[in-house]
Amino acid sequence: MWDVVIARLKQGNRTVSYPKGEPALPEMYRGLPVIDAARCPSGCRECVDACPTQAIKTDGQGLKVDLGRCLFCTDCADACPEKAFTYSREFRMAACKKEDLIVVIPAEAGTQSNGLGPAFRRGDVTLAKVQALDAKMLKLFGRSLKLRQVSAGGCNGCEADVNVLNTIVYDLGRFGIQFVASPRHADGLLITGPVTENMKSALLETYAAVPAPKIVIAVGACAISGGPYIDHPEVHNGADSIVPVDLYIPGCPPHPLTILDGLLRLLDRI
Amino acid sequence: MLSALTLHNGDTADAQKVPSLSPAEFRQSIVKAVANGARIASLFGYPLAPGTIRLVVVLADGMSGSLAVLSRDAQDSYLALMHDCPQADPFEREVSEQYGLQPEGHPAPNSLRNTAAAQFPKALGEEVHEVAVGPVHAGIIEPGHFRFLAHGEEVLNLEIALGYQHRGVERALVGAPDKRTIHYMEMLCGDSSIGHATAYAQAVEALSLCRVPPRAEALRAIALELERLANHTGDLGALAGDIAYLPTASYCGRLRGDFLNMTALLCGNRFGRNLVRPGGVRFDLDKERASRLLKGLEAATRDVTQSVSLLWNTPSVLARFEGVGGVSRAMAETLGMVGPAARASGLERDVRFEFPAGFYRYAQIPVCTWHTGDVFSRAYLRWLEIQRSLTFVRERLMTLPTGDVRVPCENPRPGQITVSLVEGWRGGICHVAITDEGGRFLRYKVVDPSFHNWKGLALAMRGGQISDFPLINKSFNLSYAGHDL
Repeated sequence: MWDVVIARLKQGNRTVSYPKGEPALPEMYRGLPVIDAARCPSGCRECVDACPTQAIKTDGQGLKVDLGRCLFCTDCADACPEKAFTYSREFRMAACKKEDLIVVIPAEAGTQSNGLGPAFRRGDVTLAKVQALDAKMLKLFGRSLKLRQVSAGGCNGCEADVNVLNTIVYDLGRFGIQFVASPRHADGLLITGPVTENMKSALLETYAAVPAPKIVIAVGACAISGGPYIDHPEVHNGADSIVPVDLYIPGCPPHPLTILDGLLRLLDRI
Repeated sequence: MLSALTLHNGDTADAQKVPSLSPAEFRQSIVKAVANGARIASLFGYPLAPGTIRLVVVLADGMSGSLAVLSRDAQDSYLALMHDCPQADPFEREVSEQYGLQPEGHPAPNSLRNTAAAQFPKALGEEVHEVAVGPVHAGIIEPGHFRFLAHGEEVLNLEIALGYQHRGVERALVGAPDKRTIHYMEMLCGDSSIGHATAYAQAVEALSLCRVPPRAEALRAIALELERLANHTGDLGALAGDIAYLPTASYCGRLRGDFLNMTALLCGNRFGRNLVRPGGVRFDLDKERASRLLKGLEAATRDVTQSVSLLWNTPSVLARFEGVGGVSRAMAETLGMVGPAARASGLERDVRFEFPAGFYRYAQIPVCTWHTGDVFSRAYLRWLEIQRSLTFVRERLMTLPTGDVRVPCENPRPGQITVSLVEGWRGGICHVAITDEGGRFLRYKVVDPSFHNWKGLALAMRGGQISDFPLINKSFNLSYAGHDL
């Protein structure tokens, strides 16, 4: 019995201070990709061609990076002959609309990208990419959101980082967010995986079993676009081809703080 | 052995040298080898010509560290191995599903990944009922379907129907490597990114005669052991959670994240993505980060030891773990099980020891085993492995070889076959690659360790109680995605 008490004292309080305090991200964390468009040689398509999921597009007017397809690997940075590609430490990348996941980098030097703000200061910069739920939904879910997780072909990376949100480090419960065992008890779904054909009907039935009003959150590149499995006949290209999605959280897998940030913005807690 | 191509882990050979045997010789060789202590590491097919499938088997003999490769050609059907060699079962069902090759005499050629076609045995009698669980499960976990045939509380049979995670990876690998290939490998089984990426890199390096620098091999080994540490710690926490022992559940949940963050110190990603690449590793470890890693390791060692020791000192925990979900040594051997689940039933099976490759050729980790084969055994074994891996990582960090971390890796040579084994945290991963005349993959076969072990879980449930299922399932913690590909 005493050893349990001593263990509790020694293990200490490990919950992160975020959102009040600064987030603790790994030193080489790969967040929002940043491109110095001034260094792009004219007509160069090296990054576009190197990207395994065709997340980078160019229309001659500049580059667009689709965060919903991005695996946050380093293939683009490695392919760039001018070293114009870096990954920032910006982890707040969630968006409510799929088109808002497309980060535009204009070709002219000096112009600002519409990428999510660089500052980590909160309060003065509103990140408009995640719109909080409307007043009615906030009244229902703002302080108590029960989610049912559905893995529809996920590799277990996103699932693991969602699981980690429930540990004492991120302690999702302190925000009133909880994962429940049955869709009947849930306010919404959190979907990972590209939605394999074999999981399509299970996903639809689970969605139907959630009482209205309900929300759907797609976590990870697979759930947003199909990820590395884009255009495989065995999968559908992401969750929104099967059910309507209210929040998209990019990453492969998204860092737990990216997921947490998205959820809290949706609930107007940040 | 009548005749076979003999390889070692990470070797490559002319694919023509794989002997093509008669049906009787093929069957005899496999049955004999398994009876003599080898196990089937891989058994798969690929189309040789229209109407003809070539079946290839890789028999792994741990005692000699050698891999015997044999083949035979078949048209529509062949005599099933399952009766004489039960560990061939999942492979035969896979070949049947992928190529339509019927295993004659197979007692129950159930579907492997075709969820719509899954069949379940029935039982008749009073108080016999079926309980169906999944594919969507109560927790945050991958999908699979479990059909219990129960008599009252006692489980007569558990039938596991998988395939819900099938993403078509092996189909997409024909004609590779291309720019998606390494990403497929890292995402096959998302919590074993280092394991599968290392197996792939080893295969490509063998095919292109690329020698990886020792510093890269050491970093790969560090990453592989950190992956093992994170998952074993998480599993012990989850097992504690399943029996409502909250202290260890809480602390190990946090500690798992700490190990993931140590992996992120190596490469920026908590799951080790983008670290292992053919030719070496993508990121070097400078002195400053190495020393931070060492400090983190020391803190984690203290905390994990304290957290896990609570389990072994608490009688109520042991009462729940002991005698539950037992798999005998004989059963583990018959099924060809691998990894911690096999070692917890007394089998000394570990790729790092039997088929050493990479840095494991220079530094050995003692093989851990325990003999009771129950949930306690599989939990305690994880603790033994955590201790060994912590020591190994510390030693590697303090004695990192100098030099490059990556060398260029040319294209795979044409007409070759290679077998690449890695001890992932769930057990032996086996990748087999066969290249065509252009040096592209004619066939790339992935066997995740879970592929061997799912039957073990099903049999561990027999005679048990349904309420013990979450605990027994967690004590195995097999991969659905790794099985389904």
